[in-house]
Amino acid sequence: MNEKAITGSLSGEYATDYLAGQDNVKTMGMDIHRPVFITSALAILAFIVLTLVFPAHAKEMLIGARTWSSETFDWLFMISANIFVVFCISLIFLPVGKIRLGGKTAKPDFSRMSWFSMLFAAGMGIGLMFWSVAEPVAYYTDWWGTPLNTAANTPEGASIAMSATMFHWGMHPWAIYGVVALALAFFAYNKGLPLSIRSAFYPLLGERVWGPIGNIIDIAAVFATIFGLATSLGLGASQAAGGLNYLFGIDNNIVTQVGIIIVVSAIAGFSVIRGLDGGVKLLSNINMALAGILLLFVIAAGSVLAFFGDVFDSMTNYASDIIPLSNWIGREDEQFKTGWTVFYWAWWVSWSPFVGMFIARISRGRTVREFMIAVLLVPTLVSGIWITAFGGNALNQIQGGVGELTNGITDVSLAMFHMLASLPLTEITSVLAIVLVLVFFITSSDSGSLVIDTITAGGKTDAPVPQRLFWAVLQGVIAGILLYGGGNDALTTLQAGSLITALPFTPILLLMCLSLYKGLKTEVAEYSSKRKTGLVGEPFS
Amino acid sequence: MYSKILVPVDLAQTEKMTKALDTAIDIAKHYHSELCYVTVSNTTPSEAAHNPEELAEKLATFASEQGQFHGLKTESMVIKAADTAVELDKKLVEVIKDSGADLVVMASHAPGIGDKLHFIHSNAANIVKHSDISVFVVR
Repeated sequence: MNEKAITGSLSGEYATDYLAGQDNVKTMGMDIHRPVFITSALAILAFIVLTLVFPAHAKEMLIGARTWSSETFDWLFMISANIFVVFCISLIFLPVGKIRLGGKTAKPDFSRMSWFSMLFAAGMGIGLMFWSVAEPVAYYTDWWGTPLNTAANTPEGASIAMSATMFHWGMHPWAIYGVVALALAFFAYNKGLPLSIRSAFYPLLGERVWGPIGNIIDIAAVFATIFGLATSLGLGASQAAGGLNYLFGIDNNIVTQVGIIIVVSAIAGFSVIRGLDGGVKLLSNINMALAGILLLFVIAAGSVLAFFGDVFDSMTNYASDIIPLSNWIGREDEQFKTGWTVFYWAWWVSWSPFVGMFIARISRGRTVREFMIAVLLVPTLVSGIWITAFGGNALNQIQGGVGELTNGITDVSLAMFHMLASLPLTEITSVLAIVLVLVFFITSSDSGSLVIDTITAGGKTDAPVPQRLFWAVLQGVIAGILLYGGGNDALTTLQAGSLITALPFTPILLLMCLSLYKGLKTEVAEYSSKRKTGLVGEPFS
Repeated sequence: MYSKILVPVDLAQTEKMTKALDTAIDIAKHYHSELCYVTVSNTTPSEAAHNPEELAEKLATFASEQGQFHGLKTESMVIKAADTAVELDKKLVEVIKDSGADLVVMASHAPGIGDKLHFIHSNAANIVKHSDISVFVVR
């Protein structure tokens, strides 16, 4: 078979002969990219051992490095995040917005609703559950700095507490995800590059990207993803155990926590075995439905009519506060800016390889415009409604002197349950909330396992199923070992380790915007010329 | 006895599955049957092709080359799946029904040591279980 003649049909800039997984080894029923798989596995092992054997040193080093990076490069994170937002919004309006991922005749693999449920569940996850209550309360009561140094416990303080929370969960995180996701999707579906983080650097590095430089990029992505997921799983397990203790008096000890990890990992493992369509999609849809029910409960507990006004208010406040909050010079609220905003930006960047790649995996057949509306604007609106309902209720309770939250934040993981306790039907909503926390975990864990499996299989999305199960189980094992061996300290130490990857990744994302836009522009030209000559339809549908 | 033989192929591994391919060709010659090469694939870039269009093109070329070389009538089909690693068997059972084939010739496992490890999921075993037509399992 004449390979050259056929790949020649993939013309234009960035076309390569390289095929996903062509350097893989296939042995023992596995199909892996050896350098990436083995180095990642060894690095993961080394970091776990070091953290458990030298806890004090590891903590000093990793947390020190994280603090240093966010204090020294606060401007870089702030400026970059703003650029990503502007970039993503412009893609909606620019002519390149009409480009379809996968070519003009490509059809989406998933319905709009399932597509959105999956990308939202992977991207936001459990954090939104806890912080939609804890964060506005923290700002309002000056738990760790207030946004723009607004006076605590005042009506102005309440208003900015809401918009600052929406700021951290709104367009900025989704723009960070959006850049990575669109770059990967575009280069995979429109240029035929393997679905792996390294492919986004093809415009900059050329064929070298398949060599050691690309290996390092992919290994860093695997490292950030697995430790990001495993530490969140571990910390989340102790938060969920706190919730179970508060609700049912179950002892919050290592047995309960490890039990939660086992349940979550087992269901996540089951989900990856059932696959993208039968497992991940199904759980994401269940997740969305449960979240919708809980949201309706919380809205109905207050005045429904007033709620529409509240959403309008918080959206307009978000729109007007976004400028001063995203400003990076001459800020008086250093503690808030570095302790919250920069921390969050680094957090989202460190998650962006995972979430971005997962979104790319499910987005073939969408236009760039449709993609950015669904990845940037819709999640911002949904998070805004969620935060208004949960955070708004919490602030109302404090202002009205009702319930536990009037004492401020005593335990971040309990803030949401404290808020629900002062609403009617507490038993139902609290149980729903704890189930939702677990489902949010599972939907991050299963999609994360698929992503890591694809990266360590050289961009192949059809590697044997046991491999993806391996990564799902490994997350649980890491979370359990760290929790058992070093408690929350070990988890936050390694979490800092994964957050450090945000520093090198931020400038890389800026370059990604550049190469993505360059690529999109060449495609838009091809589009108009192809339209004139007519295009052959898809060979199958 | 057999008029249309379905042969699942992975274009990235054709050189490792020559036994199954040759078996199919011998049977086709003997019964003067038509060969239908089928590939199930995700829409993401794979080891076989950069995109689904290229994959269909490559498979069609492969099928016509085989047909010309052995003097047989051949055709090819690419079936799209969201997650091939999981959906392969299901998709193959569907295509067996739709294509009107009356025999499937396929390897028991993906090529490699998997052949020797009997606990590893066997695609062929699943096809035998879920389809009505004859299945020739090549070891």
